[in-house]
Amino acid sequence: MSTPTKERAAESGPDEIEPFSTWTGRARRWMLKKLPPDKLLPESQPSYVASWIYVFGMGAIASLAVVIASGLVLSLNGPSWWHLSGLGRFVNSTHLWSVEFFFLFMVVHLWGKFWMASWRGGRVLTWITGVFSFAVSIAAAFTGYLLQTNFESQWIAFEAKDALNAAGIGAWFNVANLGQMFTWHIVLLPLGVGAIVAFHVILVRMHGVVSPIDAAETDSQLANAKEASK
Amino acid sequence: MTVTKPTRRENPMSWRTGTGIAGRPWTGAVREYDLFKELTIGLVAVILLVLAASALFGSPDDKAVSLKSWAVAQPSDFVATATAELAGTSDTAGYGPPYNSTPGATQTLGPIDLQTLAGVKLPIDTAQAFVLGPLSSLPTPPSGVATWKAASADQRTAWTDAYAKALDKAKNHDLANVASGDYGPVPAMMRTLLTMAKQGSLDSVISAQGKFYNLDYTPAILFMGDGAYLNDLAAGLHLSGDQWGMMNETGNYPGQSWLWLFSFFYQIEPFASLPNADIVVVVLVAILTLALMLVPFIPGLRAIPRVIPLHRLIWRDYYRRR
Repeated sequence: MSTPTKERAAESGPDEIEPFSTWTGRARRWMLKKLPPDKLLPESQPSYVASWIYVFGMGAIASLAVVIASGLVLSLNGPSWWHLSGLGRFVNSTHLWSVEFFFLFMVVHLWGKFWMASWRGGRVLTWITGVFSFAVSIAAAFTGYLLQTNFESQWIAFEAKDALNAAGIGAWFNVANLGQMFTWHIVLLPLGVGAIVAFHVILVRMHGVVSPIDAAETDSQLANAKEASK
Repeated sequence: MTVTKPTRRENPMSWRTGTGIAGRPWTGAVREYDLFKELTIGLVAVILLVLAASALFGSPDDKAVSLKSWAVAQPSDFVATATAELAGTSDTAGYGPPYNSTPGATQTLGPIDLQTLAGVKLPIDTAQAFVLGPLSSLPTPPSGVATWKAASADQRTAWTDAYAKALDKAKNHDLANVASGDYGPVPAMMRTLLTMAKQGSLDSVISAQGKFYNLDYTPAILFMGDGAYLNDLAAGLHLSGDQWGMMNETGNYPGQSWLWLFSFFYQIEPFASLPNADIVVVVLVAILTLALMLVPFIPGLRAIPRVIPLHRLIWRDYYRRR
């Protein structure tokens, strides 16, 4: 049964959120404060967000969507389908090339953000999650190469075991165990990449796009806007 | 009279929120931006790029090899490897954890021995798994198996050692040219094993390990890797460790180019010749990845983007109009 305070709060509309005392209410208040809808889905960006370098982050996300869609088709048809069917071979090709584009866009995005020093102004977690998503994506792609069930996957399994065994994780991440690698490649690592990328995007929306290095209050794009608002 | 505390000048490259423009919501000029439109255009563009690349270049698919293809293509290599598995002198037999507990076989980093710490989790007795087990699975196992099992350790070693040397000296490494000698039941066992492999039954026996379901190819991969066949094929496809290894892909495809740093260390000294190269490279790459992740906290590194002003190119419109 609700308490009178909570009922009042619920009846008083979304602006009166302070009286919420439930975990859910507090979580909503915190989320709305950190990421209000106009920051989550903005209709404008600072004027300095005008370079081709900004395209590559979105390109990586779009590629990831194609990677997941093509991977889903491959996994639903089983590991041998693409060896036996022309359509399967083509879907495998789309999976391969979407992965290649995903990494290309991600690397350009990463280098772009380095040269923009995009960790400035409280954005360090955005940078860290970006690099972390790159590292987890490498593991995800690596396990995909092990699932090809052809000569390449045989060789990679033989070659890669030494580094993993030397690090003491070869038994739990056994590259010659197709069942284990399936779990890593189609469940654990995609979930990991998806979750980290989602968190990364939310952080970008929360903190906004970093301003140019050495931007000053006297710059025309700041000063003129202030003049105009007076 | 109030005394104001002097504030320390903020580092413009700092990760801290601070009081500078980077740490505050932007209050300057803005431009229209449509997130969903950009996402839609991006998705369509990437789909078109992927479809075009797939149609133009396809993807490589070099057929998997098998114990059968190995035995047919290189019977002498197959027999030499199987003899080493029986003798316990193959790479797998002396590998150490997670397959067995061979003393001194692990890669260590000073006192740190993660391989031993992990333990023998995937035990493989190469003689039993690759030779005696498969031969015993036949409806009529060769009598040599019983002779082998009844012999002393020294006798077994003498047989396999002599047979391995004779195989190595045989003209053209042809099994038919092996000189006669005291090899005990070894040649007969190897002939039967080779026949099993050529007929294809050894693949299923070694992979299934007595079970119906199997998704674990560890024994078969290790057995093939102990011979020259798999390694020679990989070298021919530029996939060996000293050819940038698994970073490459069969055919003319980009492969896992993102593994370049990992593969790079295997190409240069002193790493390439280290007996513990794998653990050294793993730790080195882990440290470098961590350093990239923590660049914002590392003075000097985080200042590079200001010293080398590529940002002037990225924000050239902003700087031109400032």
